[in-house]
Amino acid sequence: MTMTTTRISGTINGREVTTEVDNATLLLDLLRDLGLTGAKPSCEMEVCGACAVQLDGLPVSACTTLAIELDGRTVETVEGLAQSADALHPVQRAFLQKSAFQCGFCTPGMIMSAKALLEANPSPSRDDVVHWLEGSICRCTGYESIVEAVLEAAEEMRNG
Amino acid sequence: MQILSDFQLHRPASLDEAVQLRSELGDGAALYAGGTELLLALKMGVLEYEHLIDVKRIPGLNAIEVQGAALRIGATATHRDIETSPLVAEHVPALSKLARHVANVRVRAAGTLAGNLAFGEPHADPAALLVALGATVELLSSGGRRSLPVEQFAVGAYETELGEDELIEAVVVPLPTAQTRATYLKFQVLERPTVGVAAVARDGDAPTVVVGAVDEKPVRIEASDGVEDYVNAARDAVDPVDDLSGSAEYKRHLTGVIVRRALEALAA
Repeated sequence: MTMTTTRISGTINGREVTTEVDNATLLLDLLRDLGLTGAKPSCEMEVCGACAVQLDGLPVSACTTLAIELDGRTVETVEGLAQSADALHPVQRAFLQKSAFQCGFCTPGMIMSAKALLEANPSPSRDDVVHWLEGSICRCTGYESIVEAVLEAAEEMRNG
Repeated sequence: MQILSDFQLHRPASLDEAVQLRSELGDGAALYAGGTELLLALKMGVLEYEHLIDVKRIPGLNAIEVQGAALRIGATATHRDIETSPLVAEHVPALSKLARHVANVRVRAAGTLAGNLAFGEPHADPAALLVALGATVELLSSGGRRSLPVEQFAVGAYETELGEDELIEAVVVPLPTAQTRATYLKFQVLERPTVGVAAVARDGDAPTVVVGAVDEKPVRIEASDGVEDYVNAARDAVDPVDDLSGSAEYKRHLTGVIVRRALEALAA
C-alpha cells in the first residue's frame, strides 16, 4: 500500500534534516531509524517518559508525536548532549555523580526531561523537580537520587 | 511499535482555510492540534480518519488574551501555555493551578485545552472547572460563529456538540470578580483523575459545585444549605461505574470527601 508522505525540514541535534516521511510515522520511529536509539519505546501511551525528547525545548513523548512535527522545528535527543565522554552535559555528569540510574532504560528520557526543566527554570525547588518529573517512571532507583542529580545539575549550570 | 493507518495531512494557514476543509471533508477528517488524545486512539485503532486537519500552524490561534470582561483562550493554547500565562494567573488562578496538574509535563507541552474539550474524554480535569466558571466555547463553521456553554458542549463520553463542519476557535472564561473564590481539587492515583471537584463562590453567593471525571460529563450539584448538604447532594447526584480507578461505591464516597475538601478550601 502506498503511504501518503510529507516532505519535512527540521533540526535534529543541531543538524539540518530534510526528508520525506510517511504521515503516519511517529517521531520515535523516525529518530530510532536514524540510529538515535536513546529514546525508548516503552508504555507507548505518554505515561512513562522513556521516549522523552525535547521539541523546541519542551519535553514531549516521541511515541505519541508524529514525525511531521519536526517540520520547521528543533528536536534534541540524548545523543546530542556530549561529543565525547569527557565533555558531558552537566545533567549527565550529575546523574553519574549521584548514581541516578541503575539499569539505565529510563535515563535518556529522564535526562532530556531534566534538561528541559533547567532551561525553563534554572533555579527549581525540590518540589518543582518532583512535579516536573511526575510521569517519568524509573523502576530501579526510587527517584531520590534522580531528584538530587537534577538539583545538583541546576546548581552547576547556574555557577557556569 | 503500534502502527497508524495512512492519512492525508492538511495544514490550513488560516481559520478560513480550516473551516473550508471542515466543510469539504466532514466526518472523514479529524481536527488535529496536540494529538495527545487523538494519536493514542489512532494508534490503538479505536479511531481512523482519512484526513487530519492540523490547526497548530494557524497564526494567533494559541493566543491567550483578555477581551472585555472575559479571558479568551485560543484553541491551540496548550495546557503549559495556560499554566505559564501571567494573564491566566492574574485573572483565573484556579485555572492556572488546574493546568499545572493536567497529566504530565509532556502532555501539557503538547495537549490543548480546546482539544481536551473536543475529545470529550470523561476522565479529564478542565471541564468541571470551566462549567463552574460559566465558560463557553466559540465554535466556527463556514455558516458562521456560535457560542455554547461548556456545560452544553459536553454531551457524554467522547461526545460533544461539535458539528462535523465546525471547529473550536476559543474557550472563553468570564472574568471572575475580585471577590470570587474558585478552586479545583482532585483525587488521582492513575494517569487520569478519579474524582475532580470544582467549587466557585461569587460575591458571597452559595457556591457552584461541579463534579468531574466520575460521570460521562460534569455533574452540577444542586444544593444551597451548607457543606453537609452539598456533600450529600453530590453523593446522590453522581452515577459512577466500577472501573480501574475503583468501585462505584468507592467513587461515590470519594466524591463526598472531595466536595467537602473543596468547600473547606473555598472557605479557608
